[in-house]
Amino acid sequence: MTYILTVNGTDYPVDADVTRNLLSVIREVVGLTGTKEGCDDCECGACMVLLDGRPVNSCSYLAVQAQGCAITTIEGLQSDGDLHPLQRHMLESGAVQCGFCTPGMIVSARALLDANPDPDDEDIRIGLSGNLCRCTGYARIIEAVRKTAAGDSG
Amino acid sequence: MRFTKAETVEEALHAMAAGARPIAGGSDLMVAARQGKSPLPESIVAIDRIPALSRMDADERGMRIGAAVSHAQLEVDPRIVADYTALADAAALVGSPATRHVGTIGGNIMNSSPAMDTGAPLVVLDGRVELRSLDRTRQIDISEMWTGPGQSVAAVDELCTAILLPERAPRSGSGYVRLEYRRAMEIAVVGAAASVTLAPDGDLLAAISVALTAVAPTIVSVEIPKEAIGRPVDDDLLDRIAVAASERAQPISDVRASARYRKHIVGVMARRAAASAFGRARGETIGVPLNRTAGIGAP
Repeated sequence: MTYILTVNGTDYPVDADVTRNLLSVIREVVGLTGTKEGCDDCECGACMVLLDGRPVNSCSYLAVQAQGCAITTIEGLQSDGDLHPLQRHMLESGAVQCGFCTPGMIVSARALLDANPDPDDEDIRIGLSGNLCRCTGYARIIEAVRKTAAGDSG
Repeated sequence: MRFTKAETVEEALHAMAAGARPIAGGSDLMVAARQGKSPLPESIVAIDRIPALSRMDADERGMRIGAAVSHAQLEVDPRIVADYTALADAAALVGSPATRHVGTIGGNIMNSSPAMDTGAPLVVLDGRVELRSLDRTRQIDISEMWTGPGQSVAAVDELCTAILLPERAPRSGSGYVRLEYRRAMEIAVVGAAASVTLAPDGDLLAAISVALTAVAPTIVSVEIPKEAIGRPVDDDLLDRIAVAASERAQPISDVRASARYRKHIVGVMARRAAASAFGRARGETIGVPLNRTAGIGAP
C-alpha cells in the first residue's frame, strides 16, 4: 500500500505492507533510526513518538493509521542543529548512560511538558511511567526534566 | 491485509458486514498478533477518526460515552471524575500515558479481558453497551456482555458504538482499586469496584454494588446481603463485604499470584473500594486514582 506519512514536518511517501507497525516504517522506510525498538511489546517505551503531540508506542501502532497525523520523532526536537533543552539537560545531568531509552524518554518528556509546563516530581514520574531505563535509576532523568521545566539554561 | 478508514459509523458497519474487523488504537490487536496469539484480521476498518464515536454527551438521563473515547479523556473528564469516579480511577491506571491516549473504552470492552480495569467500574455504575450492525441497534447490560476470557455476546458484525451510564442518584459515590506490583504498564493482580448510595438523611446505606476484576473468567458482581441496606457503613458491614467478595472469587493461580492469595486479597480490595465509595458518597474529596490516594500497590 502506498501512502504519505508526515514526520517532523516533512511528507514521506511510503510503499509498505499494510501490516507494518509505525516503528518499522519510521526506521526502515523513512530512514530515521533515532526511535528504538526495545521490547516490541508496548512495555518499555523506547519506540515512543508523538502523534499530533500525544505519546504513542510506535511498535504497537499500525503505520497506515498514522496517515494525516503530525508525527514527531526524536530527530524532530532539535532546531537548526541546536539541541532541544530537554536533550541538553539530559546530557548535562548525566541522565544518559547506555542511551537506548533516551529518545523515547525525551519524547515522553516533551509530551508531558507541552501538556503541563510546570510539573511536580510526581507528574514527571507519571509522564515517564511508560518508559523503562535499566541504567540510571531515573533520578537524573527526572532532574533533567525538572531543569527543563524551570527554564534552566544549563 | 486490506485496510480502510471509516469516516462514519455507517461506513464502518458496511465494512464489518463485508467481513472487516474494527481497529481503534490497535494495541491489543498488534501485541496479540506479534505474540502469536491471533494473527491480524484479513480486513481491517479503522474507526478511530469517526467523530460520533469520540464524543461524550451528558443529559438528565445520564452520560453517553462514545466507544472511541480514550482512557486519557476519561481520567480527566470533570463529569466522569465527579459522578462516575470509579471509571476515572480505573482509566487513570491503564498502561502508561501512551497506552491511555491510544486505548479506547470500546476497545477495552470488546477485548473482554477479565483483568480489564474499566470493567468492574462499568458494572457497578450500571453501564449499558450499545452494539450496532447494519440490521439492528441493541443495548445490553454490561454485566451480560462477557461470557469468558476474550469472549462476549457481540456478533462478529456488531460494532460497539457507545457506553451508556445512567444518571447517578444523589449522595452516591464510587471507587475502583487494584492490587498491582508496579505502577505503570501493569495488569491487575485483582481489582474491585464499589458504588454506594446513601439515604437522603443520615449516612445509612440505600444501595450498594460491588464487582471484581481478575478473579473469574469474566468481571463478576458480588451479591451483598440484603440486610446491609438501611445499616450504617461501619467496620462490621465492610468486613461482610470483604467476606462476600472473597467467597464470590473463583480465581486461578498463575505467574502473577496464587488462587489462594487472590481469593483473600480481593476481599481486602473490595473493602477498600467500598470504604472509599462511602466516603465519596458523603462528599469527602478522595483523589483520582484511588490507588494513589489510598497508597495501594507499588510506592
